Amino acid sequence: MKNNLFDLAGRYFILMGKVLSKPEKRSIYGRRILAEIASLGLNSIGIVAIISVFMGAVITIQMALNLESPFIPKYLIGYAARESMLLEFSSTVVALILAGKVGSNIASEIGTMRITEQIDALEIMGVNSASYLILPKIVATVLFFPFLTILSMGIGVAGGYVVCVLTGIVNPEAYIVGVQSDFKPFYITYSLIKSSTFAFIITSISGFYGYYANGNSLEVGRASTQAVVVSSIVILIFNLILTQVLLT
Amino acid sequence: MIRAEHIVKSFDGRVVLNDISATFRTGTTNLIIGQSGSGKTVLLKSLVGLHRIDSGAIYYDDICFSQLGFRELKAIRREVGMLFQGGALLDSSNVEENVRLPLDLFTSQSAEEKRERVHFCLKRVNLENVDHLYPAELSGGMIKRVAIARAIVLNPKYLFCDEPNSGLDPMTSVVIDNLIKEITEEYNITTIINTHDMNSVLEIGEHVLFIYKGQKWWEGTKHDILHTDNRELNDFVFASTMAKRAKACSQIHLDEP
Ligand SMILES: Nc1ncnc2c1ncn2[C@@H]1O[C@H](COP(=O)(O)OP(=O)(O)OP(=O)(O)O)[C@@H](O)[C@H]1O
Ligand SMILES: [Mg+2]
Repeated sequence: MKNNLFDLAGRYFILMGKVLSKPEKRSIYGRRILAEIASLGLNSIGIVAIISVFMGAVITIQMALNLESPFIPKYLIGYAARESMLLEFSSTVVALILAGKVGSNIASEIGTMRITEQIDALEIMGVNSASYLILPKIVATVLFFPFLTILSMGIGVAGGYVVCVLTGIVNPEAYIVGVQSDFKPFYITYSLIKSSTFAFIITSISGFYGYYANGNSLEVGRASTQAVVVSSIVILIFNLILTQVLLT
Repeated sequence: MIRAEHIVKSFDGRVVLNDISATFRTGTTNLIIGQSGSGKTVLLKSLVGLHRIDSGAIYYDDICFSQLGFRELKAIRREVGMLFQGGALLDSSNVEENVRLPLDLFTSQSAEEKRERVHFCLKRVNLENVDHLYPAELSGGMIKRVAIARAIVLNPKYLFCDEPNSGLDPMTSVVIDNLIKEITEEYNITTIINTHDMNSVLEIGEHVLFIYKGQKWWEGTKHDILHTDNRELNDFVFASTMAKRAKACSQIHLDEP
C-alpha cells in the first residue's frame, strides 16, 4: 500500500468513519470509557503535575530575570507566568508530552492486538472493532484532558509561587497580585478547547497507526514512534490554527 | 453448508490459493490438511472474509458471502465462531471476560445466565478454576481451549478452527477433537478445521481436503486417506517413521482402534 499523504489521510478518515459510527451496545461502551479514563487519564496526573510545577517555577525565574528593570512593576512577573501557563504551556506543551506517553501507549496496545489477531477475532464476532477499541479512548481523553490542563494551570502557578517564597526572587505578595490581575476567563476556555482538540488528535492518530500496524513487533514499535511524531506535528499545526481563529 | 467456488488469492502477485473449490457440509467435521505454508490459514481466513479473495465466490448456505454489504456481513458473523491459530484472546481481559464477551455484546441475558453459560463452555474444554487468570498467565494449550470456549459460547452455525490442537498434549488433543465433533453433530454446525495432525484426521476426518502448494490436491474421507495412491498425500500422511513402519507391516490397520 502506498504511503503518500493523501492515501494516509484517506485511510485515516475512513477509519474515523468506522470509529464514530453508532455503537452496538451502549452499556459496554460506558464501562470501557471509565476504564480508559482510569488508564489514560488518571495515570497521567503524576507526570502532568511534575512537569507543571517545574515549568511554573522555571518560567517565574526567567521572567524575573528578564524583567529586571526599575520601570517594570514586580507584579507583572506573576502576571506573565500565569499567562504563559494558561495560554500555551498547560494545553500545548502538556499535550505534546501526553502525545509521547498516551500516544505510544495506544499505538502499541492496538498494534499488538492487530498482529496477534485480537482485532480479527473481534471482527469475526461481528464487532465493529475500530469503534470498540478506539472510540472509548477518544471519548475518555477528550473528556479528561481538559481536567489535566486545569490541574496543570493550578500547579504551574503554584510552582511559581513556591519559587518566590524559597528564593525571594520576587516578593510572593507581588506575585499573587500579578497572578490575579487582568484575568481573562476566555483564555481558560481557549485552553480547554485546545486540550480537547489535542486529545482527539493524539488518540485518533495513535489509534490509526496501531490499527493498521502489520507484521511483527518491529512494526508495532515503528507504528508507535510514527504515532507520536505525527500527532505532535498535527498538534502544532492545530495550535496555530486554533490560536489564529480563537484569539485574533 | 459452506461452498467455495474457484477461490484465488494472492499476496503481492504471489499466488497462495489457486482455484480452490469445495463444499463443506453441515453436521460433519470438514478437515483441511496440508504442510506448513501450504495455504490452510489463508484459505480459512478467506472463507470467513478476513482476506478479500481475488476471484471466485463463497456461499454460506445460499447467501453469497463474498458480495455481502457491511451490515449483512456483521449479521452473519454473529453466527460464526472462529478459533485462531494463536488463540487471539484479548490480553486486557481475563478468561471469564474473554469467553463472556460475545454474550455481553449480542445477548440480553442476565449476569447469572451468562456466568452459567461461560462455565458450561469452559467445562466442555476441561477448564475449571481459571476464570480470573489473564491470557499472559495461561499455558499455550490453555489459551487454545479458552479460545475454543469463546468460539462456541454463542452456539455458532459455522465454526472455523485453525489448528485446534497444535500445542496440546495427545490426550487433550483427543478431547478437543471429540468435543468439536460432538458439538458439530449435536447442534448441526458447519465445521471447518485446519490441521496437520494425522491423529485428528483419523479421529474425526469425515471429510478431508488436502491442500498442496495452494491447490486442492485430494479430497476424501479418513478411510480413503490410508489407501490412496496420490504421492504427495502419501508423503504427507506417512511422513513420520512410525507411520511408515506401520504401513510396512500392513497387518496393522491404522483406521481401526
Ligand atoms: N498476510 C500475508 N501476506 C503475505 N503473504 C502471506 C500472508 N499470510 C500468509 N502468507 C503466505 O501464504 C502462504 C500460506 O500461509 P498459511 O499461513 O496459509 O500457511 P498454513 O498452511 O496455515 O501453515 P501452518 O501450518 O504453518 O499454519 C505462506 O507462504 C505465507 O508466506
Ligand atoms: Mg496456519
